[in-house]
Amino acid sequence: MSNKLSVAGLSWWKWICIILLFYTVIQGILIPVPRLPILHETIRNLFFHVTMWFAMIILMMSSLVYAIRYLRNNDLDLDLKSEQCAYTGIFLGILGLITGSIWAKNTWGAWWVNDAKLNGAAATMLVYLAYLILRGSLDDEHKRARLSAVYSIFAFTLMLVFIMILPRLTDSLHPGNGGNPGFSSYDLDNRMRTVFYPAVIGWTLLAVWLTEIRVRMKRYKYQHES
Amino acid sequence: MINQVRYLILKEIKLEWKQKYAFQGLLLYVVSTVFVCYLSFRQIIDLPTWNALFWIIQVFAGVNAVAKSFMQESRGRMLYYYTLTNSRSLILAKTIYSLLLMLVLSAFNLFFYSLFIGNPVQDFPLFIIAVVLGSSGFASVLSMVSAIASKAGNNATLMSILSFPILIPLLMTTIRFSKNAMDGLAWSVSWQYMIILTALNALVFALSYLLFPYLWRD
Repeated sequence: MSNKLSVAGLSWWKWICIILLFYTVIQGILIPVPRLPILHETIRNLFFHVTMWFAMIILMMSSLVYAIRYLRNNDLDLDLKSEQCAYTGIFLGILGLITGSIWAKNTWGAWWVNDAKLNGAAATMLVYLAYLILRGSLDDEHKRARLSAVYSIFAFTLMLVFIMILPRLTDSLHPGNGGNPGFSSYDLDNRMRTVFYPAVIGWTLLAVWLTEIRVRMKRYKYQHES
Repeated sequence: MINQVRYLILKEIKLEWKQKYAFQGLLLYVVSTVFVCYLSFRQIIDLPTWNALFWIIQVFAGVNAVAKSFMQESRGRMLYYYTLTNSRSLILAKTIYSLLLMLVLSAFNLFFYSLFIGNPVQDFPLFIIAVVLGSSGFASVLSMVSAIASKAGNNATLMSILSFPILIPLLMTTIRFSKNAMDGLAWSVSWQYMIILTALNALVFALSYLLFPYLWRD
């Protein structure tokens, strides 16, 4: 990422990230929301929980893309990016689980319910934790990069199928499924969209920022060691 | 290529025949797991529990059986294959062989499970289809994971933690499918599961076919 356009030491997209996140938090709490049964005010979680999952999926996708590019080019820097994207993705995933759990406690009355979407999310986290263990158990850099790239492509494709297809087969408590009022297009009113999309961009930019810092840190560490 | 695959499969079968104790060990593993379950549960009246337990035994037996498909290969022997065959024939052969192994194990599991714990399945042919489709999915996922785990230092824990989360989609679909068979529901209800399982199998197979060449060069 070239930082040509920078204001007060921070490049332009970081400023956008800061502004969007402030906007998200302030507007997300202040704007009037439609009163839907069951959800009521908790619908505001849309701006935090759902957008964090979106950012997580985007980060996991980038991790996948870097993994594929690594297999084609054998460039260890791509592997480093793939790994760090996965790390940030896991971090966002944990945030998503926490926000989701708090929300679930307040609307469904339980921290965790047996539901296709929730289980899909948990399984994805397990896959990525296994990915980290796999990385940890290998010493040779190239071998580690290759094996983990293969595993992440293999696992992530299956997980996408799991998250996208299986919940549609069964009824789900999750908003947007099985007749529950949801965050889907028809009840997401236009006022909420003005916060929702900026929030997605804001969280994603924050994730990219975090990843960038970690990538630079690791690069420095490798240079220092060798 | 078909010739190569055939020879590789024959080689696996001959090797298994030469080291019978490994295969017998697997069968004993299944039987004793079933026996332990029998002693702990005595009798299972609840149908979903029967089904879930059956599939859990399947998963553990599968992980144990297929884990050794790549782990038993020494570095030298892998190098030997490298000079003789194409990587894609190797993964094809390993997957097909694992499938055969899984089918034998499933038959064993089903027999002893029914013998000890009872068999409440109403639509047996459909249940067999569920077992075959499920086992083939397990076989292809596990062969690929075994290849990864064997490269990462033959660690049995690694094999389980890498494979369990990716087996979940397969397992959930198979469990629902076989539950339909147990309840004797009309085949028209289960069509969608059959299609999904076949599609998942095809996907896993295609992925391992594409990705294996990257795994095996050292």
